[in-house]
Amino acid sequence: MFDLRNLSHAYDGAQVLQVAAWQVEQGSQWLVLGPSGSGKTTLLHILAGILRPTAGSVSIAGQNLTALKPADLDRFRGQRIGIVLQRLHLVPSLTVVSNLLLAQYLAGLTQDSARVREVLASLDIADKADAYPHELSFGQAQRVAVARAVVNRPKLLLADEPTSNLDDARCAQAYGLLESQARACGATLVIATHDQRIKSRMSNHYELKERA
Amino acid sequence: MNLATISLAYLRARALNTTLNVLLLALGIATITLLLLATSQLEERMQRDARGIDLVVGAKGSPMQIILSSIYQLDVPTGNVSWKQAQELARHRAVKKMIPLALADNYKGFRIVGTNHDYVQHYGGRLAAGRLWQKPLEAVLGAELAVRTGLGLGTAFIGAHGMGSGEGEHMHETYTYQVVGVLAPTGTVMDRVVLTDVTSVWAVHADQYDIKDVARIAELMPEEGKELTALLIQYSSPLAAAILPRYVNQNSEMQAASPAYETARLFSIIGVGVDVLRGFALVLILAAGLSVFIALYNALLERRYDLAVMRTLGAGPGKLMALMLFEGALLAGIGVALGLALGHVLTELLGVAFKAAKQVAVTGWAWVPEELWLIGLALAVGIFAALLPAWRAYRTDIAGTLARG
Repeated sequence: MFDLRNLSHAYDGAQVLQVAAWQVEQGSQWLVLGPSGSGKTTLLHILAGILRPTAGSVSIAGQNLTALKPADLDRFRGQRIGIVLQRLHLVPSLTVVSNLLLAQYLAGLTQDSARVREVLASLDIADKADAYPHELSFGQAQRVAVARAVVNRPKLLLADEPTSNLDDARCAQAYGLLESQARACGATLVIATHDQRIKSRMSNHYELKERA
Repeated sequence: MNLATISLAYLRARALNTTLNVLLLALGIATITLLLLATSQLEERMQRDARGIDLVVGAKGSPMQIILSSIYQLDVPTGNVSWKQAQELARHRAVKKMIPLALADNYKGFRIVGTNHDYVQHYGGRLAAGRLWQKPLEAVLGAELAVRTGLGLGTAFIGAHGMGSGEGEHMHETYTYQVVGVLAPTGTVMDRVVLTDVTSVWAVHADQYDIKDVARIAELMPEEGKELTALLIQYSSPLAAAILPRYVNQNSEMQAASPAYETARLFSIIGVGVDVLRGFALVLILAAGLSVFIALYNALLERRYDLAVMRTLGAGPGKLMALMLFEGALLAGIGVALGLALGHVLTELLGVAFKAAKQVAVTGWAWVPEELWLIGLALAVGIFAALLPAWRAYRTDIAGTLARG
């Protein structure tokens, strides 16, 4: 599904990430593991197409990201890639429904409120459709963030530390949501985490080493 | 979901800030609107009142005072001119038409103007009721005056000496004016005066000559008692402008005044005050622009994660830039709409308040083309204030911002 080759990234000349080769099948589910500072977030940002690697090639769903023009990359990201950020970052001045419609609008897709309701229902938060983010509990907000990431039926679903700061029950729940939603739209799932609790739940691991 | 709904949602989320910015801008726009409306209407009205009058001749004194007192019925006259001299001037080849004015009295602050029927004709007067005056002490009322004083056809009144500015004026109780006609509105100074024959004014002020038969006043009045206040003159040819004023000033005890020149001078004097107010309003608008800039810039800082997230959702940098610019324009748009509405309402209120002042009539229910410039100016200010925030939004470093937050 995606294919990383000779990938490396450096900030101000200091190398933070190196991936010799990593190929993944469509629909498979992966954990990117590694301690803080090992480049997990950097790798995720490169996969999401919001960061261009210093060197190497990134190809997703047969598309070489490094060759795309900026405008095409934006569209590609909006339509093919869903991202759940660690701090969720729902737009606070928009309601739950509007946050999801925003994802459709910004990706340049038709705004489909039936699809929005369907996603919210599948995540058991249909009753919060008209609530504002500050009126939601963290669990509810996380569901909305997942809903926003999958509303455009992405091919690749990325999650950055989705279970940190959660108790065991909630951790299992959050993992379950991502896993089932990725399966529902046939997306490849990549979760970056240092949380050892979900290590046993997924068989595919990609380990990043701590750098000196 | 589009740029407008996103912008509106953000403006609503910062309701207090938005309201303050909109109000600041609206106040500036309202001030300029009020000035535009008031000066344009005043100017138009003054031009209408002076139209067709090429020269005004009065007693020696300030030319502007002559114009103000005789055309606009605002100031006190400079003095009197003799009937004999006026007749001589009327025969001058440069004079096409001469309308005599005799001013001395008022009724409840409205001037009693002694003149002839040419005055009515000059201002395009039509009778709404009755007829024009035919003999001394018959009076015809201007439309607005009739409404405001409640005088009507067949009623009688007595005049008070003076130009209606002071209290406790001497009343001419011996002489009673009869209202024989009421004029239809003309939108000119004529709407606010009592018109009568020149001889009425002579009669009322002829105490020392002991004339019993008022109907024959024109014959019985000795020459030295026949006085006029001013003469409204129309030239026979454009060339007359070069001859007549100098002729009057050099060969008589009278003074010539050009309405065109004096009103232009008056407006340049008023204009200084208007310019100061206009400058003040522009400062208000600039302050509003600065305030919008600060608000948008702070909003940008508050919103940097939102903007980064929008980029991850597929928005190009141009869209974020457009979002900020749209928000600036939207603030300005709301501000200018409110400002124009406020300006018109204030002008109308000013007009209502000034009704009592008898001379100034302004209405808020009129438009001037300059208002379109105001809309353009406000939108430009809004967009200009949004430029830097928009550029920052355009340059948002997605990965860097998200990694920090």
